[in-house]
Formats: sequence, C-alpha cells, structure tokens
Amino acid sequence: MNTSPFNIHTGSELTWNVQPLLFEVRHALEELLDSGETSIIDLRSIPLAPGEEETILKTLGQGEVHARLSALGPSEIYETRYAGVWLITHYNEEQAIVSRFIEITKIPDILKSQQEDMSSALAELTQALESQELGIQDT
Amino acid sequence: MKKDLSKKDGTSEKGTLGEVLESRGVSRRSFMKFCATTASMMALPPVMIPMIAKALENARRPSVIWLSFQECTGCTESLTRAHTSSIESLIFDSISLDYHHTLQAAAGTAAEAAREAAMEENFGNYLLVVDGSIPLGNPGYSTIAGISNLEMLTESAKGAAAIIAVGTCATYGGIPHANPNPTGAVSVKDIITDKPIINVPGCPPIPVVITGVLAHYLTFGSLPELDHIGRPKAFYGQSIHDRCYRRPFYDKGKFAETFDDEGARKGWCLFKLGCKGPTTYNACATTKWNGGFSWPIEAGHPCLGCSEPDFWDGGGFYKALSMPTENLSQTAVYAAAGAAAAGAAIGALNRGKKNASNKIHIKTTIDDLRKD
Amino acid sequence: MTEIELLSWARGPGLQIATIIFVAGVVIRIFEILLLGRKANLAESKGPEMSSGLRTVITRTLPDRTTFKRSSVTIVLGYIFHIGLFIVCFLSAPHILFLRDIIGFGWPSLPTQVIDAVAVVTIIALLATLVNRLTNKVMRYLTNFEDLLTWFLTFLPLVTGYIAFHRIGMTAPTLLAVHILSVELLLVVFPFTKLMHAFTLFIARWYNGAISGYRGVAS
Repeated sequence: MNTSPFNIHTGSELTWNVQPLLFEVRHALEELLDSGETSIIDLRSIPLAPGEEETILKTLGQGEVHARLSALGPSEIYETRYAGVWLITHYNEEQAIVSRFIEITKIPDILKSQQEDMSSALAELTQALESQELGIQDT
Repeated sequence: MKKDLSKKDGTSEKGTLGEVLESRGVSRRSFMKFCATTASMMALPPVMIPMIAKALENARRPSVIWLSFQECTGCTESLTRAHTSSIESLIFDSISLDYHHTLQAAAGTAAEAAREAAMEENFGNYLLVVDGSIPLGNPGYSTIAGISNLEMLTESAKGAAAIIAVGTCATYGGIPHANPNPTGAVSVKDIITDKPIINVPGCPPIPVVITGVLAHYLTFGSLPELDHIGRPKAFYGQSIHDRCYRRPFYDKGKFAETFDDEGARKGWCLFKLGCKGPTTYNACATTKWNGGFSWPIEAGHPCLGCSEPDFWDGGGFYKALSMPTENLSQTAVYAAAGAAAAGAAIGALNRGKKNASNKIHIKTTIDDLRKD
Repeated sequence: MTEIELLSWARGPGLQIATIIFVAGVVIRIFEILLLGRKANLAESKGPEMSSGLRTVITRTLPDRTTFKRSSVTIVLGYIFHIGLFIVCFLSAPHILFLRDIIGFGWPSLPTQVIDAVAVVTIIALLATLVNRLTNKVMRYLTNFEDLLTWFLTFLPLVTGYIAFHRIGMTAPTLLAVHILSVELLLVVFPFTKLMHAFTLFIARWYNGAISGYRGVAS
C-alpha cells in the first residue's frame, strides 16, 4: 500500500540495513526454537531507503496464514514464508500505515482473544440467553 | 458489563483512559493495537508495549490548555493531520483539550471564561501547550481577547504541571525571531523559567512527535529525557545526517550538483545544494512525514534545519554548510587592494629609511682598523 | 549564544575578519619584501638570472643528498604532512565547495574514505614531527614558542575537521563551528609567523637561483 510514485532509482549500495535486519530475524527465529522466547521488531525504528522496505517484505514473502483485523481500522497479519515469522501491519481508518512489526512467535498476541474481551463477551452472552429464556425485550 | 461513564450534566468523563475506552466499546484487542502503535510513535522498543498498555489504561486524563501566540497555525495543522485517524485520535480522547482557540467552537469572553475555569479546577495539574512566539517589543503586537501573549502565558503557566512548547516559534523564536526581529519575539523558555518545559521544535514538528510526547506524558506521568536545549532525545537524539538513507552517497563523494541533474535523479546526496542535515537533529529520516510516506530529502529537497534555533538566519537554505555565508571573494579583493596600497606605502617608507641610513653611513677605512 | 548562532558567526563575520587579516597581512609583507629591493651588483653577470631563478623554484623541491642525509626524518615527515594537508584541504568535497564559492569554480573531489585515510596519516605525521622536535637535541635547542604555536595552529583544524566529520563528542553544530573557528585562528596568526613560508618560499628559491645564475654557477 505504501508505494512510491516517484521515479527514484536506487542502487544495490543502499541495502545497508536490509541484511542486518534479516539476520536479526534469523537470530530471533533461532531463539524461538531454542528457548521459546518471542521477539518483535519495529520496522518504523530503522531508517530505510525507498525500496528497501519492499525488498525486506519481498524476501519474507507470504506463507499459509493471512488474517485481517478490524479494530480501529484494518490490520493485516501474515505468516511469512518462514514459519514463526509474522508480519503485522496496522492501518488507520484512512488506509494509512500507522505501524509495522515483524513478530517472531508461534502466534502473535493480537490474534489471540483477550481476557477482558472474553469476560465482557461472557457477560453479554449470558444476558442475551437470559432475556431469550424469559421472553423479555432487552433494554 | 461496560461501564457507563457519561455524566448527566454533560461534562467530559474524567475516568482513566481504560475506562473511557471501555465505555466507548473499544475492544481490548483494539487497545493493544493502539498501544503497539503508540510505542512505535514514541520510538520505544516493542518489549515495552505491555508496560505502556498497563500505564495507559490506568492513566487519568489530564486537562490540556493550548495557547496559540505569534504563529502561522502550521503546528496545529500538522497535529490535526494526526487527528484524522482513529488511532492517533485516541491520544486526544486520552486528554481533555479544554481550550484551543483555533479548534474550539466557542469564542470571545465565554471561551476565555472556560479557559480560566479549567485552569482553576485543575490548578497544578494541567498541561500547557504553546505554539507561536511571544512578542516583547510591544504587547499589542499579538493579543487574544485583548489579553497580550506575555500576560496570558505568565498567567497560564502558574498552575501548569508542565509546558510543551510546540514548533520552532515557541521553542526558539522561529520566523518572527529571524533578523531583524521587528516584534521582539522570544520563545517560551525565555519567559518561563520555573516550570518544566519540553521543546518540540520543527517547522512544523512531525505530527507523531507531538502526539508521542503527549503519549509519553500520559504513560509515565513525567517528561521524557531531554537534550541540552530541551528536546526529547527519543525524537531529537539523532541528526538527520546520521540517519539519512542517502548517507552512503555522501561517504562516497557522490553529490547532486543542481536540482534535476543526473545525480539528483539518481538520489545522490544533497549536501552541495545546501542540506543542513549534518547540523540538524530531528526524526524526519526515520519517522518521516505523512504517515511515514516520505520526507524532504527523499523528495529531493535539502533539509532546511527547521528544528534548530535560528535556522532562518543560517546563511541561506541553498548554501552548503561548508560555504561562507558572506561574500568572501569581495572581501578578499578589497583587502588585497587596501593591503597593496598599504604595502606600497610601507615599502616606500622602508626604502626611505634604508636610503637615509645609507647616507649617514661612514665608511670604515684601513686606518680606522689600525688604531689601537 | 546558541550553537547555531555560533556557527552562523563563524561562517559569516568570523570568516570575513579572518580573510581581511590574512589577505592584508600576506600582501603587505610580500610588498615589503619586494620593495626593499636588492643592492646593485656592480660585477658583470656571467649568466641568466631570471631563468636560473625560476628553474630553482622547481628544482629546490627535492633536497640534495647531503641535506637529506643530515635531516632525513624532518624532510620525510615534512613531505608526508604537506602532501596530506594539500589533499585534505583541496580535494575534499566540502572544502572544494568553500573554494568554489570564493573563486567561482570547483573541481572533482576524492571519496571520503581516501580523505579519511590521508587525514589520519597526516595527523600521525604531524605528531611525529612534534616528537622529533622535542627529542632531537639540535631541534630542541632551536625550538621556540612560535614553532610550537604554528604546529598547534596547523594541527587543530586537521583534528577538529576529522572530529566534526565523524561526529565524536559534542553536538554537530558546535563541532562544525569549532572547526571553522580553528581555521580562522590559523588564518589570523598566519601572516605574523613562519607560516608565511607558503608564499615567501617562491621568492627565496628564486633569489637563490638568481644569484647563482648571475655568477654563472649551477644552483
């Protein structure tokens, strides 16, 4: 979604942050396998030239899982072609990217249902069932 | 069961941010997305997201009073671009913006009365946000509802917990302060010396920097770590030059000589076109503008140095940093001409001295030497 | 004064003052030397003066064997740091820009890594000359305050330039201001010290060649 319409030519000299970043991902994946430790990398915190972010995303590719979140605007969650490496992109309601993370984990936390939401859901469901039983209109 | 926090008398909810969000039907998952984005905005490492979540959901909503002085409203414009999205607007849900004379609907004495009421109710706890410089030359140069900027600032600062000076005008004087400074414009820190001040300079500052500073205050209840001129190090700790993606071209000596020449089209370094990146500290190179879309150097224009004091008087936006700001060749020519005249005069004087001493020179003869 | 104000002063009025003093000082001294003239030589000339003089200006660049044997350390170190200073001052991109602003034209620059390496070598060579000056018995005997001052004024811009470029220590505007101010200091003191050899060497070499040529001997 974040493509550059300007015809800026970039040479291979500019991939000076791409390699280190991919190595960091590899290291984190190794850690995940060895000790179960998860990691998150914030892609906004690293200076990237135009085209470099695309290179990283292309390298990571897309795997078997694609989830779409609708919470304060859409969020796209992909498992990349490398299992355990997830790409999470948060958009606001104007389809602009507000943050982008690479998460090295078995499943990103944001995909899991949250405790508080489940508690609220339980209360709601209970109320919905109760009002159905008694045949009373819900206020 | 969601808590119902809307009061019957219509005043804003004063619960914690967590309670406010819950009452608005914002799910926990959405809140997590908000915290992750806020952490990214505040340039904090992702491991701190759970901590931020905890702090934000328990944060009380501070009252914020925004004063606009001698400014172009660019800072408010920049900020309201951040306001258009629901994520960043949550920051504004988490504060109670009790006074902003550009954005608010009220005007005149009613608005001023509301401001004074908010200040009194939250005395010692409200955040004062200031944009625009303050003219000292004549208080009448800039007034709001007949109250001079100087008076309004000193009055409002009394009960403020902290002051956030937004934009280069409020932080260092900005464009009104530029040569010859006809209004006697000064910055907030030149007037208020007894309150903590966070300087968020930039012309305008990047929107997420403004919201990031607010988010930091909300999360930690304190000022972020500041550099020697009061800027938060999280956003102003690195120079543009040290984070610029065109740096490899600088190091290799590949420069654009003019706009739109071959080097410019290839995206080479803009140092020769006057880029002030090496002496400017800001987050433009990493955080970028317009939601991370691009920033001046990426668009092909050299950095103006807009988050540094007195950048307007820095010798010209298109004069490279290593170039003199005055016309040195003219100076050198005049100096040489003057010196030539002086040198000729001194040389003539010396010759005169030499000739004079030659005249009084008495030749030594062999007879003088024989005397003993 | 803020950092940027200091930098703006260094790039503006500071440079102007330094330029005036430097240019005026150099021009006045050269005029003084030339106008003093030479005593009329009443002997008949046995050879050409001018061509011998001009040739000597070039040939004196290389030392003769005896001189070299006697002061090899000084000569070799001297060559290294002079050539190094030339490369750093005239072939690095920011400096070429500076000169282009004054004289109206520029020329291609060398890559940063080359300039970096040359700067480091020059700094080491300059330090070695100082050590030599203080440890060699003869050199120590001859050394006075002016020698040490000029060494320091030459060393300072080199080191501050390297630091400013590589951002070690203070914040960027201060680093650049310090470098430019150190250059201004050098310029201001230049005409009053032995650094004038940069201009007078041509006169001195010419003179040596001229009097030898007049007498019909090689120089």
